[in-house]
Amino acid sequence: MAEVLDNDTLARDKPSTEKDISDELDLKIQKYLRGEGGNLEVLTDKKLKGQLSVREELYSKSAKVAAKADKWLVPSEGGYLEAEGIEKTWRIKQEAIAKEVDILSSRNQYDIVLPELGPYALQFTSSGRYMALGGRKGHLGIVDLMNMNLIKEFQVRETVRDVTFLHNELFFAAAQKKYTYIYDRHGTELHCLKEHGPVLRLQFLKNHFLLASINKFGQLHYQDVTTGAMVGNFRTGLGRTDVMQVNPFNGVVALGHSGGTVTMWKPTSSAPLVKMLCHHGPVSALAFHSNGHLMATAGKDKKIKLWDLRKYEVFQTLHGHANTLDFSQKGLLAYGTGSSIQVLGDLSGSQNYSRYMTHSMVKGYQISKLMFRPYEDVLGIGHSMGWSSILIPGSGEPNFDTWVANPFETSKQRREKEVRSLLDKLPPETIMLDPSKIGTVKPAQKEKKPKKEREADIDAAVEAAKDIKMKKKTKGRSKPSKKVKKMKEAIEKVKRPFLEEKMKEEAISRKKRKISEEVSLPKSLKRFAGKKLAI
Amino acid sequence: MKVKVISRSADEFTRERSNDLQRVFRNYDPSIRSQEKAVEYVRALNAAKLDKIFARPFIGAMDGHIDAISCMAKNPNHLKGIFSGSMDGDIRLWDISSRRTVCQFPGHQGAVRGLAVSTDGQILVSCGTDCSVRLWNVPVAAPMELGGSTENSAEPISVYVWKNAFWGVDHEWGGERFATVGAQVDIWNHNRSQPIQSFEWGSDSVISVRFNPGEPDLLATSASDRSITLYDLRQSSPVRKMIMMTKTNSLSWNPREPLNFTAANEDGNCYSYDARKLDEAKCVHKDHVSAVMDIDYSPTGREFVTGSYDRTVRIFQYNGGHSREIYHTKRMQRVFCVKFSCDASYVISGSDDTNLRLWKANASEQLGVVLPRERKKHDYHEALKNRYKYLPEVKRIVRHRHLPKPIFKATSLMRAMADARKRKDERRKAHSAPGSIKTKPLRTRRIIKEVE
Repeated sequence: MAEVLDNDTLARDKPSTEKDISDELDLKIQKYLRGEGGNLEVLTDKKLKGQLSVREELYSKSAKVAAKADKWLVPSEGGYLEAEGIEKTWRIKQEAIAKEVDILSSRNQYDIVLPELGPYALQFTSSGRYMALGGRKGHLGIVDLMNMNLIKEFQVRETVRDVTFLHNELFFAAAQKKYTYIYDRHGTELHCLKEHGPVLRLQFLKNHFLLASINKFGQLHYQDVTTGAMVGNFRTGLGRTDVMQVNPFNGVVALGHSGGTVTMWKPTSSAPLVKMLCHHGPVSALAFHSNGHLMATAGKDKKIKLWDLRKYEVFQTLHGHANTLDFSQKGLLAYGTGSSIQVLGDLSGSQNYSRYMTHSMVKGYQISKLMFRPYEDVLGIGHSMGWSSILIPGSGEPNFDTWVANPFETSKQRREKEVRSLLDKLPPETIMLDPSKIGTVKPAQKEKKPKKEREADIDAAVEAAKDIKMKKKTKGRSKPSKKVKKMKEAIEKVKRPFLEEKMKEEAISRKKRKISEEVSLPKSLKRFAGKKLAI
Repeated sequence: MKVKVISRSADEFTRERSNDLQRVFRNYDPSIRSQEKAVEYVRALNAAKLDKIFARPFIGAMDGHIDAISCMAKNPNHLKGIFSGSMDGDIRLWDISSRRTVCQFPGHQGAVRGLAVSTDGQILVSCGTDCSVRLWNVPVAAPMELGGSTENSAEPISVYVWKNAFWGVDHEWGGERFATVGAQVDIWNHNRSQPIQSFEWGSDSVISVRFNPGEPDLLATSASDRSITLYDLRQSSPVRKMIMMTKTNSLSWNPREPLNFTAANEDGNCYSYDARKLDEAKCVHKDHVSAVMDIDYSPTGREFVTGSYDRTVRIFQYNGGHSREIYHTKRMQRVFCVKFSCDASYVISGSDDTNLRLWKANASEQLGVVLPRERKKHDYHEALKNRYKYLPEVKRIVRHRHLPKPIFKATSLMRAMADARKRKDERRKAHSAPGSIKTKPLRTRRIIKEVE
């Protein structure tokens, strides 16, 4: 996504020379190639080599065509906000933006004040055209944001904790006091999902048609909304939580727990795929970047951390509370706490998120939910006094694809799309941490290194540990005896993984030997197998 | 401050009038499509399933003969016509599109054993066990307007009676010569009442003959002494002979690689040979459980069809060890002759139950006019299936064929026998002096010797 932002800045600087254009095209081709091609030189099978090289050529050709189409044929350019002189982008107020933009866009700035029924949860459809609203006190509604038309609102007279659209705007699910209900566009109750229990958060996996929920008892449920089958029902065992987010890249559900851990789940395994300690204190919010490599977590320990999900490492830590987090399609990160909203952006393109925009609501408004509207430069805000919407230039993807998500969809197209998406419905097994694994070959098992090499490895690691310089510390912590002790500890730490590996191997071989011993013994002696023989 | 936000007016993105087409906008960015590979896999799976749903290869049977079909010939000059000869001496010309007899050629006293059409499509040559060769004028393709009820019959141009019964005939590519086989190989000319050349090698009768499509003077025959012989008409004696363990019932040259031919063998396998190198088969095509009776190459040269005594028709890739397709019906009996149509899209089989059957060469292909969008969709599905063909689920669905119970049982029995034989050989090898037992590959195992 970083390079996408890059491209946009390039485009604005008016690439005049041919070289600039070709550089830009190269960047785009990289994006459309979806990774490097395989190394065909190592292949010995000539026939296979020929076939694969033909295929590689095809891939590169289609990437080139897509890049060219992207460069020249897309109808609209992305939004941006640039400061001039001593201005700072984060000091620019919504009123100032409203003066500069066209009337159509300035209509996207509004506050709807409904003080009795808040705080509000909100959710957009994937095309960004419709919004579902759920007021805590039982107010449910659907709004058509294109012509600002309230399609339906009704009062369920019990607590509503979350709402989510199903595969299109015709159906939405609401997590209410006791059960979860599915309503249609006219507010008719279609289903009551009793099995989910008192649900705190709902998420819909639109590729899989799965409705995921986490309830008060920390149980995670997956229900297939096409067949009604309960696909998965897992106890997290980590207590009550209302922090839940689906990774749009691979469909894995992440939960943030009060112990500071984040766990990731798939519907086909009862144990979490990943369990990572993110914060010293409860996790308060979670968000995923759409490219799947980036996760943002916020904790009650007054920290917001950005994680690289390829390495499971923090690459940036920010200070601040956040009740809610959200990534936009172009990679801006919004977080809200109390009545203020911060929007961060990766402006330099080097994975360094810095302040991009800020916004303060009227004092006393408590923000409960932030969500960027897809394909628009708009941030939706659900808060204790209703809901609002502000402009965040450069947050949305400017070009939609009619076959993916179409804001101007007619009812006929919607019907067509429903059928198509049902045909392409993915089975729950396709949810995995790395979705590009499908259709690839399992890598060959690692060969055991010979003993000598292994010892050399240990020696090298020990030498490397010895070379590390100790920091000079005060108050007697740098005494020679302490230094020696520390060095010893460091060496032990380096050696440990090697020793553990060795122990594991030994355990396996011991087990094997035991089995073979048992087999070789005559039947009458078998009961003595495994016991040490006393001679 | 410079600021721009996305703003879309509905006029630009929707159609102007209700009879316009809806506007389509594309964005090929991979980041707005998640889990592309999984989606592709599911589509490939669906494509494979759809293929199975639409696999209806049988188009129809052509009924009319009153005895088993013994031979067929396709008209190289006319796509819809096919000739068939039966055991009672009846020869018929069929119109494939209406599946009716166009014309009958009466005259043979015994079984018709061979039919061939000249390359220009004018002359039909037939021969049979009544020791006669008959030449017929092929009627011009028009009489369908008269209706199927009036089957007109033709008179032979000439009848040549010879010394022995005939087993097969084939016409030269682009010339006037044709070859008949029986007790010997005779080369005839349209205008001569006696063969212009005769070949003999051994005393057993020759049962099939095929001219090489690339080299008009070259022909291959198979004989009941289990041999395959190559002849060059420019020489006075046969060129080369190869003897196998079992008889070759029929053979066919690959029209695109005319130096290769495939032999349909009595042991249920087909063997592809390079005519220059007869000591080893290029490929062994296994799958039939009984003698393969006839074989014919597709004009594309990429696949061939075989008919077998086990009552099935199979289609093989020219280089594939196992069949791509198996066709069978409850009523189809022993298949004696098969032909690929001249446009490579149909297969015709003639069997013991007096019927000709018409099959699609590609079981799930859509017949009739295919619109460009449909064509694109089919191509996409093909590409998907090809890409994910190695994944177990897709592979299972694509490979699955329903087999008649006798075939299924015979297959498993034959597999068990082959496994047992293999096991025994391995044990024998393990218990004898190293190097004293050599296992020959199947490509050479069935060949006894090659004679120059």
